[in-house]
Amino acid sequence: MIEKTGVAPKDLFMQEFPADSDVLNDPKAIIECYKEIPCNPCETSCPFDAIHIGEDINKRPQIDFNACTGCGICVYNCPGLAISVRHLKGDKAVLKIPFEFTPRPAKDSMVNVVDRGGVVITTGKVIKVQDGKNQKQTALLHIEIDRDYIYDAITIEVPHGS
Amino acid sequence: MEHKEVVIIGAGPAGLKAAKSLLDAGAHVTIIDRNKKLGGQLTKQTHKFFGSEKQFASFRGIDILELLVQDLGRYAERLNILNETSVVGLYKDKVLSCVKHDRYFKIKAKRIIMATGASEKHLPFENNDLPGIYAAGAVQTLMNEYGVKPGHKVLMVGSGNIGLIVSYQLMQAGVQVVALVEAASSISGYLVHASKIKRLGVDILTRTTIKKALGTDQVEKVVIWDVDDTWQGIKRTERTLHVDTVCISVGLAPLTELLMQVGAEVTYVRELGGNVPIINPYYETTVKGVYACGDALGIEEASSAMVEGALTGMFVAEDLGYTLEESTQKIKALKSELTFLRSGPHAEKIRTGYMKVGVKT
Repeated sequence: MIEKTGVAPKDLFMQEFPADSDVLNDPKAIIECYKEIPCNPCETSCPFDAIHIGEDINKRPQIDFNACTGCGICVYNCPGLAISVRHLKGDKAVLKIPFEFTPRPAKDSMVNVVDRGGVVITTGKVIKVQDGKNQKQTALLHIEIDRDYIYDAITIEVPHGS
Repeated sequence: MEHKEVVIIGAGPAGLKAAKSLLDAGAHVTIIDRNKKLGGQLTKQTHKFFGSEKQFASFRGIDILELLVQDLGRYAERLNILNETSVVGLYKDKVLSCVKHDRYFKIKAKRIIMATGASEKHLPFENNDLPGIYAAGAVQTLMNEYGVKPGHKVLMVGSGNIGLIVSYQLMQAGVQVVALVEAASSISGYLVHASKIKRLGVDILTRTTIKKALGTDQVEKVVIWDVDDTWQGIKRTERTLHVDTVCISVGLAPLTELLMQVGAEVTYVRELGGNVPIINPYYETTVKGVYACGDALGIEEASSAMVEGALTGMFVAEDLGYTLEESTQKIKALKSELTFLRSGPHAEKIRTGYMKVGVKT
């Protein structure tokens, strides 16, 4: 399925989330890197040694949710934009997603949030736009959404051309 | 005629890395490139790279280019750069004939490294010469180097990494990607790149290809259709899409014409993209003193081109009699980098291809 459409089916991406949803009461990085490719910046950029690939950089990353603090450094270092941070906060969820389009959405603006197939599933509020120099022009958007969408949300809609 | 120690043809990732190794060793290096700006394909690669820290992973191609050029800065007195220069002939006595602007001149070199890279393949279909039909790399150059939008609504043909990445970059430039078609039954590039454009609304249609383009003065519409197991179009599956641009990304072919001219043995290897030179373990072709590295040997990623360039530069330096510090360990480390870059499932084609020409991966 994903090899034909680019869309990870739910049973596949759910395997990347902690089995116990309470773990997401703290922010955690969710890595959606399903095929072996020669790449390891997620491992080398993690300040907490929470992501493991090993000497053979083709191996898929393994995350230790106990060590992960949800800082988001791996999110903007991943060249495949395959990592997001997810955090449950009461009846809301906060996503930290990589964003490489201009203009950046403004803080406090409302945005359309899409699923892995590109379908708008809900709206979210931009609560922070993190765009530091070490991020090398990949912004980190903090998006607040309804907690029901914590699994299905993946990014925000961008306008299609002029 | 000018006499030079080492001439490197092509200032892309392989050529720049080869230059660095040679300059580190103490050699005099001349780099020839037909473009004004050094960097080859790196000049338009605005995306972050894969690989490990050793190949600048998670840096953007355009920033890696700056780092590679900076690396050469301290050797200015031994480095000669001939940009906007085309090598139009290469002869057995290692004489190169070159053209810069309107001037024709010859250079004789002790050693030559061919880091010429590759050219894009085209696809046969009706009206494939209409204005608005581009190779994906050309679109990347227009947008990312010159800041020119190629069109407004694009059909991308081919789901290799270039097709997927250029689709994303078109969207970053504000261009709508109407669909991406792929004749094979699955996406051929990295899935993370595919997911990245799909979630932004681009449909990826496998087992689908372009049948024809329509339009009077330029592309106005395209007809796409499904293909069967034998890659033939299936009648009555045709659909029309309104696009003004078609972007062809169906693979690359190594640039080996100069090697053929000089009489180096080449062989056709489908998995490597076309005609490739036979090399020995030191990256030397069958013409003594003429070496090759990077995509000229077979189509791979820029990361492996950099490693091959670094290795080739070291071998040429040793061949010229320079002694390199800790060369054995450095060569071993570079070879192991290459092995890892080529060991995943995506590199299977590369491994098969190199096996056919007797290159150890």
